[in-house]
Amino acid sequence: MSPIVKQKGERFSLPGKYLLFILTVLCTVMMLMTFSTDIFNRPLNTVMGYLVVPFQRGISSVGGWLSTRSEELAQIRALLEENEALKEQVNELTLENTRLQQDRYELNTLRELYKLDGQYEEYEKVGARIIARDSGNWYHTFTIDKGTEDGLEVDMNVIAGSGSEGGLVGRIVSVGPNWAKVVSIISDNSNVSGQMLATGDKLIVSGDLELMQDGKIRFSQLLDSAGAVVTGDKIVTSDISDKYLPGILIGYIGEMNLDSNKLTKSGTVTPAVDFEHLDEVLVILTLKQSVEE
Amino acid sequence: MRRKLVTAILILFCFLLQSTVFQGIAFNGISPNLLIVLTAACGFMRGEKEGLVIGFFCGLICDIFYGDVIGFYALITMYIGYLNGKFSGVFYPEDIKLPMGLIIVSDLSYGMICYIFLFLLRGKLNFPFYFLHIILPEMVYTTVITLFLYPLILWIDTRLEKAEKRGAQKLG
Repeated sequence: MSPIVKQKGERFSLPGKYLLFILTVLCTVMMLMTFSTDIFNRPLNTVMGYLVVPFQRGISSVGGWLSTRSEELAQIRALLEENEALKEQVNELTLENTRLQQDRYELNTLRELYKLDGQYEEYEKVGARIIARDSGNWYHTFTIDKGTEDGLEVDMNVIAGSGSEGGLVGRIVSVGPNWAKVVSIISDNSNVSGQMLATGDKLIVSGDLELMQDGKIRFSQLLDSAGAVVTGDKIVTSDISDKYLPGILIGYIGEMNLDSNKLTKSGTVTPAVDFEHLDEVLVILTLKQSVEE
Repeated sequence: MRRKLVTAILILFCFLLQSTVFQGIAFNGISPNLLIVLTAACGFMRGEKEGLVIGFFCGLICDIFYGDVIGFYALITMYIGYLNGKFSGVFYPEDIKLPMGLIIVSDLSYGMICYIFLFLLRGKLNFPFYFLHIILPEMVYTTVITLFLYPLILWIDTRLEKAEKRGAQKLG
């Protein structure tokens, strides 16, 4: 007799073996489906947005408050000294700024002359707070507290820091009504097309779990035939990347080695963003312009 | 019904802790895996079926928030819950050795499967590094957390069982 047949007076129950088989098939189907469509993402993301995100938001705001208070106490002395140094720096920078503004005025007039669009114009941004991190230890992804309700979409770029020192954090890969998942550039499954700011040479920046503990990431395929690239040079996102907006600072060249093919170079990059102490990020609301196929 | 509700709250509680509080107090970027502890514990305490269902939902919640493909973690934790359920016949609440052993083996195999499918298949062959820097620390950390979390799960389970027996007696 089949074990699934309902017996008199007994509640219907499915043996473990059968349930295991059914759920295995279900998981396999879901995995295959997610490769081609995002049919499950939307409803599941919405449900989770109301079930889990409010709690995460609450916990992280309490935790954030506590850690800020403790840090404040520890850092007050250091901050006073830093304040002095920064004041001097402000004076220097103000001078430099006036000079640069003159340059910029000239640049704008030249651009108008050449009818060029401003490449590095101010993008519209929205601030967001990190409320949770990847529950596993393999990848470096996190959740932020804004979603479609705030105008966020998949593939939008995420940066951190203020002013000119802002650096690339990653991009949004999944979005719910009030949360979004960001894969950071130091995550092992992330690759970014970059270029050297000084020479314009293209390279690939990829996250690496082995280097993550030293706070570094990897770059490869730098075709630097002139040998002009040196340690400390700035890397920005390239204009041929199909997800990232051009000209966002990624980091600085660390070590550099010639590959065994004697053509390309690879090595390590120090990211511009401090991923250890990241708690607030900015999302650029502009998407990279893509070519319709 | 009560049991289902309590279990759902427990899963949610563990996931929330794991993704927020434990990320804050992570040693060297490694955080413990509470969901594996929960799945394994429910598996050997309540049997194969409950283990696999709880494992499925624990994995699914990770998939939705942090997975690349939905169903990957769900599949792994589901099998872990099911295989732990095989030991429900030899489980006695007074004995701590078997639960600890099972949870350690569960977390170790979870780490190994993750390495094989997420890293080895992408050509990352430096297994000793990943073992020493990710799998082993996670296992140790999880074991330490188990010492606190497991008695809690056991306590909740015995309370539930008592309540259920009382309910059954009333009906009978």
